[in-house]
Amino acid sequence: MITPSQTVGPFFAHGLPYAKDWEMVPEGHPDAITITGRVSDGAGEPVPDALLELWTGETGTRGVLTRAGEGVSGFGRCATASDGTYRFRTARPAGPYVSLLVFARGVLRAVLTRIYLEDVPDPLLDGLEPERRATLLAQRDGDAYRFDVRLQGEGETVFLDY
Amino acid sequence: MIHPPNLSPDYRSTVLRAPSRPPIAFKTDPDTIELTSPVFGHAEVGALEADLTRQHAGEPIGERIVVTGRVLDETGHPIRNTLVEVWQANAAGRYAHELDQHPAPLDPNFTGAGRCLTDGEGRYRFVTIKPGAYPWRNHHNAWRPAHIHFSVFGTAFTQRLVTQMYFPGDPLFPFDPIMQSVRDPAARERLVAAFDMDTTEPEWALGYRFDVVLGRTPMEDE
Repeated sequence: MITPSQTVGPFFAHGLPYAKDWEMVPEGHPDAITITGRVSDGAGEPVPDALLELWTGETGTRGVLTRAGEGVSGFGRCATASDGTYRFRTARPAGPYVSLLVFARGVLRAVLTRIYLEDVPDPLLDGLEPERRATLLAQRDGDAYRFDVRLQGEGETVFLDY
Repeated sequence: MIHPPNLSPDYRSTVLRAPSRPPIAFKTDPDTIELTSPVFGHAEVGALEADLTRQHAGEPIGERIVVTGRVLDETGHPIRNTLVEVWQANAAGRYAHELDQHPAPLDPNFTGAGRCLTDGEGRYRFVTIKPGAYPWRNHHNAWRPAHIHFSVFGTAFTQRLVTQMYFPGDPLFPFDPIMQSVRDPAARERLVAAFDMDTTEPEWALGYRFDVVLGRTPMEDE
């Protein structure tokens, strides 16, 4: 039998964040894009104590925990700021989407979603009603993407079963 | 259902944070990125990071313990070279976190965070201090049972697990809505470490064993 999940709680800041955890590529990397956004709750209030993890599918050569190289890492981690915002600098992925896990106080098991950087025909997207599909699409402005996570209520992000 | 339902109203913070709609099943193919997970290099984690009692100039106050166990998949196979991260309160029940306002002493010799990679048998081992119980404001006279937070990766992003390890025989279990959010008593029991005389080291530290079993990957379900 598997081990049940428990909340990450409010006090992970001395344990989980690490130096350059959100910088999956160095500044100035030719393939760099940024993904930023805000995590909010069912009342529309910011979630200031969430931890987000981004995964692109490739470990890469930069180092997952040490960020030593000039190359690319496929894993990033970012704790939200007091206004619920987060940021990642990553490399443009090969496919249309990246994977995102959201942990927080009050979230007993992390919620899993996808950030689609391109609106393309896709088995997951195509199975959703338009308004729900829209919750998985990042808004693009050049190399900057915006993706908000709404845990509950109006515009609730589509979360995946895992 | 092994995992707790995200809406567990006795744990008040879930009420506005639990998604209201059921999660969507997704089909997998060989390119599905959720089927993979970061691979960690041994050079990325220092050997001393698994000893939470040796991160400062002096020894922390409290009951020194060894916590060890294996990370396994549901079929019992070890998950090797995966990252295990832990964090916890000190012996007085206080976190080294600026927002923890519990009026218990901080320990200048204890931060309470560690990490290691599992070995070839999926085994991890930490040396630490037994954490204290602490109050929280969920309800009147609410106290968290002593626990160590665990974060484990596995081989697929869908196996990613964050959980809490509790200590056997804690009288606070029935009063704790976070632990009780796991509805199945047998599943709840899996959150409790076992006191282990074989892990206990004479004249030095009590030992606890806590295995972490990760779920199947979607690919395996097909």
